[in-house]
Amino acid sequence: MHKYIGKSMQRKEDYRLLTGTGMFVGDISLTNMSEAVFVRSPHAHAKIVDINIEAAKAIEGVYGIFTAKDIEDIKPLTQFESHCFLPPNLVEAISPTINFNYEDILAKKKVTYVGQSVAIVVAKNRYIAEDAADLVEVTYEPLQPLVDPYEARKEDAPLIQEHLENNIQSHFHVTTGNVEQAFSEADYIINEKIRTPRLGSNPLETRGVVAKFDTRNQELRVWSSSQMPYEIRSTLAHCLSLPDLSIRVTAPDVGGGFGPKGGVYPEEILIPYLAKKIRRPIKWIEDRMEHLTSARQSRDQIHEVKVSFKQDGTITAIEDFFVIDSGAVNFFALTCAYNSAYHLRGAYKIPNYDSKCEVILTNKTPNVPFRGAGRPEVVFVMDRIIDIVARKLKVDPIEIMKKNMIQAEDMPYDQGILVKDGHQLIYDSGDYPDALRKAVDLVDYEAFRKEQEEKKKEGKLVGIGISSYVEGTGAGPYEGAHISIDPSGHVTAYLGCTPQGQGHETVFSQIAADGLGVNPQNITVRVGETTVLPMGQGTYASRSAVNAGSAIYEAALKMREKVLKIAAHLLKTDEELVIDEGKIYAETSPEKFVTYKDVGRAALPAKLGNLPEGMEASLEVTHYFAPPTVTFAASIHMAQVEVDKETGFVNLQNYSVVHDCGTVINPMIVDGQVQGGIAQGIGSALYEEIVYDQTGQLLTGTYMDYLLPTSMEVPTVEKAHQEFKSTRNRLGIKGVGEGGAIAPPAAIANAIVDALHPLEIKTNDLPISPNKLRTWIKEAEASFQALQTN
Amino acid sequence: MDKVKISLIVNGEKVERDIEPRLLLTDFLREELFLTGTHVGCEHGVCGACTILLNGEAVRGCLMLAVQADGATIETVESLVGEDGQLNPLQQAFTDCHSLQCGFCTPGFLMTLTQFTKENPNPSEEEIREAISGNLCRCTGYANIVKAVKQVTHQTL
Repeated sequence: MHKYIGKSMQRKEDYRLLTGTGMFVGDISLTNMSEAVFVRSPHAHAKIVDINIEAAKAIEGVYGIFTAKDIEDIKPLTQFESHCFLPPNLVEAISPTINFNYEDILAKKKVTYVGQSVAIVVAKNRYIAEDAADLVEVTYEPLQPLVDPYEARKEDAPLIQEHLENNIQSHFHVTTGNVEQAFSEADYIINEKIRTPRLGSNPLETRGVVAKFDTRNQELRVWSSSQMPYEIRSTLAHCLSLPDLSIRVTAPDVGGGFGPKGGVYPEEILIPYLAKKIRRPIKWIEDRMEHLTSARQSRDQIHEVKVSFKQDGTITAIEDFFVIDSGAVNFFALTCAYNSAYHLRGAYKIPNYDSKCEVILTNKTPNVPFRGAGRPEVVFVMDRIIDIVARKLKVDPIEIMKKNMIQAEDMPYDQGILVKDGHQLIYDSGDYPDALRKAVDLVDYEAFRKEQEEKKKEGKLVGIGISSYVEGTGAGPYEGAHISIDPSGHVTAYLGCTPQGQGHETVFSQIAADGLGVNPQNITVRVGETTVLPMGQGTYASRSAVNAGSAIYEAALKMREKVLKIAAHLLKTDEELVIDEGKIYAETSPEKFVTYKDVGRAALPAKLGNLPEGMEASLEVTHYFAPPTVTFAASIHMAQVEVDKETGFVNLQNYSVVHDCGTVINPMIVDGQVQGGIAQGIGSALYEEIVYDQTGQLLTGTYMDYLLPTSMEVPTVEKAHQEFKSTRNRLGIKGVGEGGAIAPPAAIANAIVDALHPLEIKTNDLPISPNKLRTWIKEAEASFQALQTN
Repeated sequence: MDKVKISLIVNGEKVERDIEPRLLLTDFLREELFLTGTHVGCEHGVCGACTILLNGEAVRGCLMLAVQADGATIETVESLVGEDGQLNPLQQAFTDCHSLQCGFCTPGFLMTLTQFTKENPNPSEEEIREAISGNLCRCTGYANIVKAVKQVTHQTL
């Protein structure tokens, strides 16, 4: 039985964040610190003819202006090998091509997207640096911009990465069963084109880097608002040809990330490099316009699906061809692409499945994983299919879901293909039909249907839509934890996975508390620092609770063993001991106990301590946890909307979710993750889209153009839980960070179709903005009228 | 650039500085006074992370120059905590209700709500949502912020 795992404990992080005493990268101030500003490309695709820095250099307070020719000793930023590796059996199964591609730290001969960095100004402060940046004159010769991925993939299209043969950077093909046979035996076949646009993650804190060179230790100190400080360290080591451990990277308080603060950016290489070069600390804080142009973006998939089904609603096959508009560089190979392919069928049994994908380079900001990483796109595809099939057969979508859903007794269920880690795609646990039943009860579906009929008669167009997903969470390869107990008896735990608001200091102290038998208040969790634990990965892919949670639990259990041995020695007993709230005693004589402080002092070296014969001094334990494969979280989402037919405006009236993330460590935090994820999903369903014009100019460069959901658009979500423990780690944890963001687009899109029924519209293109919906309504009305007149 | 003398009261203390006229109020607070609790999120007045109280009214620090605050009384998030280090009821409600995740937008919400709860002791949910609609949060989905305001205004949750 756990004492603290499963409890809604208040967060340890909150006090500093509520009192304005947190430490974000922008809050760091160092002696003699300078500030940097980037000169960025205003063109999507252009040759750099000349850069004139003379006028800029003349400004007082400018310490240096650097262009590509000044930094020729830095290696370019290439695709992240640690995220691009595919195991041999997966390579054999999907025949992938992943072409090498890269980005120079500062553009050399040409620029390939608006916002790419071309030069950097380092000055006394940002005001002066901005003045100087304005005076840097760059002469460009525009090249043909490629904005449409279908144009970019053509044989004769100009090349974006010029060493490649074409702009198809990656592709693969995954298949199981026999789609052709299924098509030939089908009662119905439909073809659909379904699109998820380009999005930005938009953490409220932009990116930022501070760096200095520590001459005493010959150490490069870097602070970055990052999800992956270890990746920054290894990439810096590679690009600057330095030993890894001569670099120390800290992710301080990070103001949201959601994916795009993962990986490594040119700024994270250049600022440290220059801090060493000019022997002066440098700070760079991205402004919001820079963020909207230059911080990496996501999604941007178009799927063309062919689906066969039978009269009884059984879906027999799906064939998918999809393109991902990767922008100018693909840093993450097949991360989103293969996630999409292996998640598409979700909670459904569809034995015949064939998916081909191309990742295509265009003249846009690079595309990287963002909360859900390839899953929201395909869940949108799958659940639009369910809805379209249901409407074709004139039955409720729930019936089609039930008909095709994997049953509890089918677990563990094999989907017939591989996970990206090379493990067979086998769902470990869950009961999806039960989740659907719970969701139906939560919204009182039957009552809604009756009410809906009445309301429609009154002209109120209300509708309900459903979506479901099964998500591989907790991706490896590993995460570590180090636990240290000092002579005061206080526990300090170090983790490699750095948080961006998920409450790591709280939840991991809950886990360690149960492992060690102490109060979480006696545990300090330290994160986001590459020196305290030699190796780590980061927080992304709903992986920290699973991996770091398991690592800290295993480390705590190892530590517990040593603590018990020392305690037995101190108590001079052979009896089995228990630990409760830091007191260690034999159950038969609880009045005779030692504390963690006693044990901590006994663990001191030599005569200072009091250890059993032969035991090593100190209380230090490290454990690296490597999961066998991912764990499968699942969820059902239901959206209720009212549509104004005249304006195309969608009012999201109610949102409900049933979800399973295995063992819940802190219910309050899990609910917070779900609610927050859903808010982002609502944004992508109805409001958010990064728009480029035909020349590759960004049209959504402010928050007046890129619409983030506010408190007026996000209802309080009704939640119900399932707890099917994962079989793939001792605590039974599954990931939850991304889940909320995955299903809202499909649920809301289906609810809109339902609200407008019997008018036949297809909401296959996100976001469903009022003007887009109004257009669909007009088209549907016209064809309805045409039908009437014929 | 010629400097200008400004004199104002920040979190109860009188402050006098010679500053460049183009210095933003947020930069003045963060870099001259080291009050880094006021965060800069968008620098174009949409996100509300930089919200402070200027003569008791919630305003965007990023849309003002420091010289415009000459003679004013300013309160920032650092003013909320009690002298004994205790969280005030609004801050306490935020931690009780898990109204913050990354915490970057939080100072802006707290300052917006400091004025709002003072002027609206018994707001409806709609009024609460309207009040915070000018502050963006990308983590929480707002529900727990609404809940915290209900707690602090003693409403049934």
